[in-house]
Amino acid sequence: MSDELNINKKRNNQIKTKSSATSGRGETDIDYVRPAELPEQDLYHGHSFITKWIFCQDAKVIGVQYTLTAVFTGVVGLILSWMMRMQLGFPELFPFLTAETYYQMVTMHGMIMVVYLLTALFLGGFGNYLIPLMVGARDMVFPYVNMISFWMFFVAVVVLMASFFVPGGPTGSGWTLYPPQAILEGTPGSGYGILLMLISLSLFVIGFTMGGLNYVITILQARTRGMSLMRMPLTIWGIFTATVLALLAFPALLVSSIMMTLDKVLETSFFMPTIIKAGEALSYDGGSPILFQHLFWFFGHPEVYIVALPAFGIVSDLISVHSRKNIFGYRMMVWAIVGIGALSFFVWAHHMYVSGMSPWFGFFFATTTLIIAVPTALKVYNWILTLWRGNIRINTVMLFCLGFIVTFVNGGITGIFLGNVAVDVPLSDTYFVIAHFHMVMGIAPLMVIFGAIYHWFPLVTGRLLDEKLGKWHFWITFLGAYSIYFPMHYLGFIGVPRRYFEMYDSPYMTSAVGMNEFISVAAFIVGAAQFIFFYNLVKSLRLGKPAGKNPWKANSLEWLTPDVPPTHGNWGEKLPVVHRWAYDYGVPGAKEDYITQTTPPSEVKDAEVEKT
Amino acid sequence: MSDTDLDKLPGGFKGMSEDIGSDQTTFKGVNWGKAMMWIFLLSDTFVFSCFLIAYMKVRASVVEPWPYPSEVFALEMMGVPVPLLLIAIMTFVLITSSGTMALAVKYGYEKNRKMCGWFVLLTAIGGLTFVGMQAFEWSKLIFHDGVRPWANPFGAEQFGAFFFMITGFHGTHVSIGVIFLFIFARKVFRGDFDTGKRGYFTTMKSDYVAIEILGLYWHFVDLVWVFIFAFFYLW
Repeated sequence: MSDELNINKKRNNQIKTKSSATSGRGETDIDYVRPAELPEQDLYHGHSFITKWIFCQDAKVIGVQYTLTAVFTGVVGLILSWMMRMQLGFPELFPFLTAETYYQMVTMHGMIMVVYLLTALFLGGFGNYLIPLMVGARDMVFPYVNMISFWMFFVAVVVLMASFFVPGGPTGSGWTLYPPQAILEGTPGSGYGILLMLISLSLFVIGFTMGGLNYVITILQARTRGMSLMRMPLTIWGIFTATVLALLAFPALLVSSIMMTLDKVLETSFFMPTIIKAGEALSYDGGSPILFQHLFWFFGHPEVYIVALPAFGIVSDLISVHSRKNIFGYRMMVWAIVGIGALSFFVWAHHMYVSGMSPWFGFFFATTTLIIAVPTALKVYNWILTLWRGNIRINTVMLFCLGFIVTFVNGGITGIFLGNVAVDVPLSDTYFVIAHFHMVMGIAPLMVIFGAIYHWFPLVTGRLLDEKLGKWHFWITFLGAYSIYFPMHYLGFIGVPRRYFEMYDSPYMTSAVGMNEFISVAAFIVGAAQFIFFYNLVKSLRLGKPAGKNPWKANSLEWLTPDVPPTHGNWGEKLPVVHRWAYDYGVPGAKEDYITQTTPPSEVKDAEVEKT
Repeated sequence: MSDTDLDKLPGGFKGMSEDIGSDQTTFKGVNWGKAMMWIFLLSDTFVFSCFLIAYMKVRASVVEPWPYPSEVFALEMMGVPVPLLLIAIMTFVLITSSGTMALAVKYGYEKNRKMCGWFVLLTAIGGLTFVGMQAFEWSKLIFHDGVRPWANPFGAEQFGAFFFMITGFHGTHVSIGVIFLFIFARKVFRGDFDTGKRGYFTTMKSDYVAIEILGLYWHFVDLVWVFIFAFFYLW
């Protein structure tokens, strides 16, 4: 260990002497950062209530708007899950829960949670708030388009929610919306419900594209002086890669939505095969339902990583800050994010092993799926190695991060089960699948979202969240989530099928009834615990402890604004100048245990900082 | 970053790796709007690819025979059916409008307001002609031949569905482009790009680079048409 340090020191000295020898400008040279390439950004400053808070062009306000809207849909999704659990745990207790309403709830719960909560919250919420601040920009590069993006999302949510109130109710075809059943009579909501769902998704894609272009270009073209790509916090890397994925994957969703809308409205037969109903042929003829599945999952699998990659990035930053250690293997982490993102386009058909496609095709997709485990496992090791011998602060943020790692490993391992064709075939469409994806892309990203909110709430509002309530929130959520999803693995192994409204007198009834009741009770408690969190948010907004500047002693730029919370334009008079990466924590030889990104090298000459 | 600074940057692979490794901007000297348009077009490429791949998949798997495009898209000239006549003219007009767009961009960068304006206008008229001819083609197919999205007299019903959907989606792109071309022609003639007048909605200063960004979109729409032409009319 000490040998290595000495070698590093030697190398640093060599570089130093070399640079001073060649340039001959002496000691001041080490603080040199290339001059600005771009003129100051032209910003529109709102001056009325409407332009400041409603049709606002400030990315921070847009981020908060996205977050609030997404959380609202999330609460709707949560209530739907409660009702589902009521039915599953205590069948026939509530007469208003019919099979039709159950399917509608399943569908809406899935779509809301995946698209309207997680995607919108990570990219629209955290992306908007953090990207300009973390890369040192005054705002997104196209603030006007950014504003339209949010309002497009808002309209998409309104259309989605409207489907609860139309004749026939929302669609009940499952969140995958597989044709032909999604648009055929007999499926709940096959009239207006599915139509509104498809329109809402199309609007979401259009709105997201506007925002996504903003995120990508801000990161690529609007970084501040000294901020190279390899000095960006991993949060930005995660959001960046996820946005690129979204820009390339959402087109498939848009196309399949358009085609299914035409199948529904104009009775075209893109996805609809010849169908005989009650002895009579419907007007459909010769379409391909499997084509829809391919299009849907070409969107659907990258979608998993659109949710997961920002979570990976954010959790890396949180772990690093709260264990006062640099992130282990930063470059490896970046390449793992990029690699996972690229691979995610070549695995989609592992969702379709039982669709009747050729087994050889399945073999190919099983291979690519298992290859993804490599960079993913690498990331998990790096998180653990970051924690190892760190100066860990067990606060709420850290608890949620630790909860994330455990949950993610758990969900990841069951993913290896399901990625293999031979294991997947008996397990597909059972509760094992439910347990797997809720662990890996439900609970795990949610843990990160909670951790991130506890972490960045002081930046947004200037006040800390209550730690005591936070810890209650964490423990109930964490233990409760395990009480919900651990038993589901077992239910899956004994063969309980997913999406069944009731087990009736099947053999599953006797063996699974107690467990289902237990899961339901746990689900009610976990759901209720979220209201502790909402109470905490509201209470701390007014009564929370004032956070002051940089309460976590973090390095990254968002904490270094002249005003806390940051105002429009973020940086006051002068843009920050970046001299290092965001992870110089606990550097040997430094006066404090953190060196901010804007600290020039001449101020920390004796510290053994990483060369970045 | 001024043009003279750009000339000093290293070229080739070394230049690329240095740009990616550098601070501030990854694409040196590239305007934000231009970078955005490139990435949007990449995304839009995926949209059209999905459409065309879906079309190829269904065309390969339908049981009923696929209509023969040379007969379906033929025009009767002096009693003789000429295959693909209208499509050839449409394609010619659209590709030509790409040429006039390129000239508009050139005159824009030369700050030659008049010529730039005329060529933007000419491009818009080219695009409008294309949309008009497409409307003619659609109405002929619908009213004369009885082709519908859900059925047609020539064979597999997906023919009409894919034809109307894909050419319709492309036609929408062209129409949006035409609208913007007319708006931009007005802006050029009025001198917005010379005075840097602020946009009504975005409040951002106008710049001739906007002509190039619109040009990128226009060339893309043309390129997509080449693929649609190949897959629909020649296959």
